[in-house]
Amino acid sequence: MKWDEFFVTGDPLIYGADVSILLTMVGILFYLTKYNKWKWLWDEWLTTVDHKKLGIMYIVSAVLMLFRGGVDALLMRTQLAVPDAKFLDSQHYNEIFTTHGTIMIIFMAMPFLIGLINVVVPLQIGARDVAYPYLNAVSFWTFFIGAMLFNISFVIGGSPAAGWTSYMPLASNELSPGPGQNYYLLGLQIAGIGTLLTGINFLVTILKMRAPGMTLFRMPMFTWSSLVTMVIIIFAFPILTVALALMTFDRLFGSHFFTLQGEGMDMLWANLFWLWGHPEVYIVILPAFGMFSEIISTFSRKTLFGYKAMIWSMLLIAGYSFLVWVHHFFTMGSGAAVNSVFSITTMAIGIPTGVKIFNWLFTMYRGKIQFTTPMLWSIGFIVNFVIGGVTGVMLAMAAADYQYHNTYFLVSHFHYVLIAGTVFACFAGLIYWYPKMFGYKLNERIGKWVFWIFTIGFNVCFMPQYFLGLDGMPRRVYTYSEESGWGPLNMVSTIGGFMMGIAFLVLVYNMYYSFRYAKRETTGDAWDGRTLEWSTPSAMPPFYNFAKIPEVTGLDHFWRQKQAGKVEKLTAKDIKPIHMPSNSGVPFIMASFFFVAGFGMVFDWMWMAIIGLIGVFGTLFYRSFEYDDGYYVSVEEVIETEKISK
Amino acid sequence: MAHAETHDPNTPLEYRSEIGRLNILGFWIFLGAEIALFATLFATYMVLTPRIADGPALGELFEVKSLLIQTFLLLTSSFTCGLAVHEMRRHNVKGLITWMVVTLGLGLGFLYFEIQEFLHFIHEGANIGTSAAWSGFFVLVGTHGAHVTFGIFWVTMVLIQVAKRGLTPATSAKVFITSLYWHFLDVVWIFIFTAVYLMGMVMHHG
Repeated sequence: MKWDEFFVTGDPLIYGADVSILLTMVGILFYLTKYNKWKWLWDEWLTTVDHKKLGIMYIVSAVLMLFRGGVDALLMRTQLAVPDAKFLDSQHYNEIFTTHGTIMIIFMAMPFLIGLINVVVPLQIGARDVAYPYLNAVSFWTFFIGAMLFNISFVIGGSPAAGWTSYMPLASNELSPGPGQNYYLLGLQIAGIGTLLTGINFLVTILKMRAPGMTLFRMPMFTWSSLVTMVIIIFAFPILTVALALMTFDRLFGSHFFTLQGEGMDMLWANLFWLWGHPEVYIVILPAFGMFSEIISTFSRKTLFGYKAMIWSMLLIAGYSFLVWVHHFFTMGSGAAVNSVFSITTMAIGIPTGVKIFNWLFTMYRGKIQFTTPMLWSIGFIVNFVIGGVTGVMLAMAAADYQYHNTYFLVSHFHYVLIAGTVFACFAGLIYWYPKMFGYKLNERIGKWVFWIFTIGFNVCFMPQYFLGLDGMPRRVYTYSEESGWGPLNMVSTIGGFMMGIAFLVLVYNMYYSFRYAKRETTGDAWDGRTLEWSTPSAMPPFYNFAKIPEVTGLDHFWRQKQAGKVEKLTAKDIKPIHMPSNSGVPFIMASFFFVAGFGMVFDWMWMAIIGLIGVFGTLFYRSFEYDDGYYVSVEEVIETEKISK
Repeated sequence: MAHAETHDPNTPLEYRSEIGRLNILGFWIFLGAEIALFATLFATYMVLTPRIADGPALGELFEVKSLLIQTFLLLTSSFTCGLAVHEMRRHNVKGLITWMVVTLGLGLGFLYFEIQEFLHFIHEGANIGTSAAWSGFFVLVGTHGAHVTFGIFWVTMVLIQVAKRGLTPATSAKVFITSLYWHFLDVVWIFIFTAVYLMGMVMHHG
């Protein structure tokens, strides 16, 4: 392989990216060395097993990926703004919509939510960490390395271009030659390992680590939504693991699972992909529902309406999520009987979802609503998500779907549910729990600007796409003719897209502004909250979270304590030594070996893949022989941290 | 977390520490994910079975003798693995190690015959690239074989730790978890025996 095949060449956009990557890396190395931060980086972050720090690293990575995926989106919108544009060629456009979709779902939405779950859930259940802190670090680093492997594709070797769904035979060696598609397979495979481990970790954490008195039906709704999400992850992600492995075998080892030769079955890929892919949709929406439940309840000053109905509807949604996958390919020859069944199951999901919408509305009804930014995002969610939901029911009708399939109507539908649902939730949750993570709030005034610019931009961008779709504009086309008449609405859509981009920049500016100027919180209860994460005395909980594990007597325990004026004050007598897990560099090293193995497989360099895999197993065995029972935090240290007067 | 716990004297050693209990529960849940993984492979295999292209039919090459030897070895290994855990419950380190070594030997024997069988199939002109059906066969049965291989390494590591450290709540939880893993592979084999070999031969020979 020659160097100009190894590096992507010939496109000025990519050269620009090369330069910016290089400058960023030099900048980071310079900063770390100049200010002597290497040891800090290793001790505080790379080896940490603290769920709060891992959560913050997940969120930082997700925001970076949101930037990358967002730039992809704006490149596409620029190309589509006018008919017959020459900004991107078809291959480049294909690569960009592929990476946009994959990054936004796998490397943005999931880590953003998992990051917030990491930060919040152990605090909400009154635990000092997760069940397996070490495994939690493995989860993060495999996700991170998977994301990095996927992301370098656009400068080394070339990006995948077969869509985030990677249907066969388009994704086969014949039609997608080169390493691009392998990046997709290996990047997702490595990140998927981390996701499965997160699923197991948090399921056990929520089942076994709850504070005394917190029965299942006293858990906060975000914890409940996380529990249900973890169950879906545990049963859905192995399907993706297998599907990716089988396609990897097809591409690297000549098997015939999905190929045209050897009587392979291309539709098998579509089925396996969506057997994972549809539950995946609920993996990224249920935690969002949970966050909105917390925020709406907090800022309406009321207990969540229909607590049990919320839980049962989530469980129903989780069950249904495995029974609807065929609706992604109604037009691909399943036949009327099969389509009818999946049409009905799909529409049935609308019922528990509708129950949740009404519960949120009734929570607000007669509440003393405070229009904080998290609340604005939550209300914006209800309005916009319903638009996405209603068009979803339209798409669910199999006969009608023949009209919408693979048009911009569909594109608009899933952006209305994924942006108005998941992305709004990520913003709302980030702002809501920001003081828990960093000790100060994001500026509310700037935050409201972000909300309005983003939400208006979002509607300006995607509302026209419904009409473009009904007018027949197919998705995944890199250009269209003047005569089609789609020009004006596309221009409007592009303007909306750039408004969302501006809103993102203002959000980032807000992070900087608030870091400089925001008033630091003096208590742990920044929003007058209801759940245990707000009950810590300091704004940012210490690494052991709770000096004394709280005892819970009912739903919204902390809120009711405050109402009754009976918030417990810690005394020195309450403090006992606290057992905590030790940091470990092994997860980071293991993930680095995964990178070596993945990179080797991407380029079909088996020697490199084998070295990487030996490294992975080596670190596993090393860990097996490592007996580390953690350490105890002394009573004196806790008393000093908690500032308890003796 | 790790405060002094009081135990019923009948509580098995592996359940006596908080971390042991958590790890065992987590591993059960992991086995749930493994079931989803193998279920996907089985479904794939069954869909692809008739799609033999120009290659031989699956049942055409299956041989009863090799199949029975493999089945006998693996099922017996599950029994000896159970005996090992039984000895662990009696705090008999020597018995535990002996029966686990027997288990490993039977596992290695199983692998030997499985590899011989694969080589035989390849010799007869059926490899992973012959047809969709054979791709399904090699990846399903091969994934099980890879699990057995990993299990052999894993059990060996754990036995070394038991030999070095004796039976503690930590080492006994590790032994118990590897035994769950080993029994699980046995259960998967029973499905492979039925869904792959028996059905394959019945379909072919009628």
